[in-house]
Amino acid sequence: MDFDLTQEQRLIVDTARQFATDAVAPGARDRDRSGQFPDELVRRLGELGFFALPFDEEWGGAHDTLSYALAVEEVTRADAALGITFAAHVSLGCFPFYAFGSAAQKERWLAPALRGEILIAFGLTEPDAGSDAGATRTRAHRDSNGEWVLDGSKMWITNGTRAAVLAVTARTQPGERGHGISALVLPADTPGFTAQPIHGKMGLRSSDTASLSFDGCRLPEDSLLGEEGRGFPQFLQTLDGGRISIGAMGVGIAQACLDASLAYAQQRRQFGQSISKFQAIQFKLADMARDVELARLAVLRAAWLKDQGRPFTREAAIGKLYASEAAVASALQAIQVHGGYGYVDDFPVERYLRDAKLLEIGEGTSEIQRLVIARQLGC
Amino acid sequence: MNMLVLLKQTFDTDTKIVLKDGRISEDGVTMVINPYDEYALEQAIRLKEAGGGTVTVVCAGPARSEEALRKALAMGADEAVLIDPPADGDEYTLARVLAAACKARPFDLVLGGNLSVDNGASQVAIRVAHELGIPYVGAATKVEVNGGSVRVERDAEGDVEVITAAAPLLITAQQGLAEPRLPSLPGIMKAKKKPITKQTPADLGVDAPARTEVVDLKAADSSRQTKMLAGTAAEQATQLVRLLREEAKVV
Ligand SMILES: Cc1cc2nc3c(=O)[nH]c(=O)nc-3n(C[C@H](O)[C@H](O)[C@H](O)COP(=O)(O)OP(=O)(O)OC[C@H]3O[C@@H](n4cnc5c(N)ncnc54)[C@H](O)[C@@H]3O)c2cc1C
Repeated sequence: MDFDLTQEQRLIVDTARQFATDAVAPGARDRDRSGQFPDELVRRLGELGFFALPFDEEWGGAHDTLSYALAVEEVTRADAALGITFAAHVSLGCFPFYAFGSAAQKERWLAPALRGEILIAFGLTEPDAGSDAGATRTRAHRDSNGEWVLDGSKMWITNGTRAAVLAVTARTQPGERGHGISALVLPADTPGFTAQPIHGKMGLRSSDTASLSFDGCRLPEDSLLGEEGRGFPQFLQTLDGGRISIGAMGVGIAQACLDASLAYAQQRRQFGQSISKFQAIQFKLADMARDVELARLAVLRAAWLKDQGRPFTREAAIGKLYASEAAVASALQAIQVHGGYGYVDDFPVERYLRDAKLLEIGEGTSEIQRLVIARQLGC
Repeated sequence: MNMLVLLKQTFDTDTKIVLKDGRISEDGVTMVINPYDEYALEQAIRLKEAGGGTVTVVCAGPARSEEALRKALAMGADEAVLIDPPADGDEYTLARVLAAACKARPFDLVLGGNLSVDNGASQVAIRVAHELGIPYVGAATKVEVNGGSVRVERDAEGDVEVITAAAPLLITAQQGLAEPRLPSLPGIMKAKKKPITKQTPADLGVDAPARTEVVDLKAADSSRQTKMLAGTAAEQATQLVRLLREEAKVV
């Protein structure tokens, strides 16, 4: 086994870390307070070419999910709200266009999305279809001149109000559960489409989360993304990849918890000594270090399998489940290490907890990850 | 303009220096492009982008330096030369080796760092200029090229000195000369295919044994002792004089 990164991967990680440290970290607290979307940082990530990381060189990429995961980790370590904006755009937005899109759809939408000129959102979840995505109610039908007409609504869509185009799932044929669902390309300027920002999020406050509604949206004949009726297996495949990036976010938050807690423990003195000398505090730090290490290995292994073109459903679910729970556990412990100072936003650890919690919910809850793993075990 | 950039890989500036067997240990240390050299590199790339030409990075250093060269190529340099220096060489040796590598290719401008953040001797670049027989301008804060003439603003102990010179010449970068860019993914991918030529001093026909010898290396003693004095101002003054005389032995 070779655990060393290549020269290129090291350069990518170094670049991501320097960008995160110099450009992302300094404004993270203010953006969390104000909820201001990080337009400029998104533009710069695009300029660095990072949106193309997991895709082929033909698209300006590196065909390297592993360095993509590491870049998401680094960005998230500084600001998880930018991390989810990045991860959702690439793994949920760009990926279906890359994997299932026609040449024309790729040229029109994927190319500018990879350059960071536009964002793409992925609309799967609905008010009444969350974990049970097969219960999709949004529907589309062809009218007499072949155009698609889309009606319905979506909920919790990352980058929903910012995206120039959305990949939206809808029922196009009668069927049970996953059958008869297709994905459609919806330009954001389509009449009948509205996106409303969802306010009051617990964390990831400067990321854009929206509810969408489609009221007789008319889309040209060639708006199917991939094959008709294949929407369900397509989004399962999309989510498998997305879980790697959510896992990478978990690693980033857990690492940030460890960094903050270690620095604080070494500097805080009580009972005449550094609190890092108390075994009770040391054990918390040791647990965080263990979690970071194991979560990173699990996530990177799933990324590696994907790059090798091998099955990775089980590994992505394990990585996502472990890393998201590690992030939440580490954040709780990080607050404990900080005592009262951890309970206010002068220190970043309470934000880490609020941000980390979403990782146990989005792109399949922890319960759903366990179902996926159990299914892979043959249950 | 054809530009050569002298570049060295050094310890990250946050690194804690550890001595092991009389040598500086590199175990677990993060290596970076010497920050001053990175300013020089960025300046060269900007001159190339504005006026055309080529940027070749020249490094005399151990094999690990390849990573720094790959980064330079990813930032926009066209090619790199890596020379394996003799282990017992000094600044004289390095300057001879680097100058020979420079002479082997056409150039109008050589850029380097004002100093390296590890040894901080400020020796190599000026010696290379001497070996090449070209003018030298140190600690540049601004570089402009107008045809074959180069205008340099340099930091003269806080004042600005303006110098014009005809190419070829060698310029070293003061801190902040040109804020280095981050390598982009397309840059990193292109760098994979750019050439790094590896040479030995023998390939360059250089045999320049060191003229100086490092006799000893000691870690700086950074342990600080704080002693709080008490009493009236006069009492404290008396104590201070006694301590300076008897303990610190400085008066
Ligand atoms: C900030 C944010 C961003 C998001 N971004 C996107 C996006 O970009 N695109 C998108 O399509 N969606 C997005 N989502 C939606 C997200 O994927 C869903 O919230 C998630 O899948 C859970 O669905 P739900 O909220 O409807 O919960 P429910 O499915 O209603 O689940 C409620 C609870 O029941 C449990 N549960 C459900 N079914 C089972 C079962 N079979 N066995 C055991 N337990 C079960 C769940 O685990 C959970 O604990 C986002 C959500 C948030 C909060």
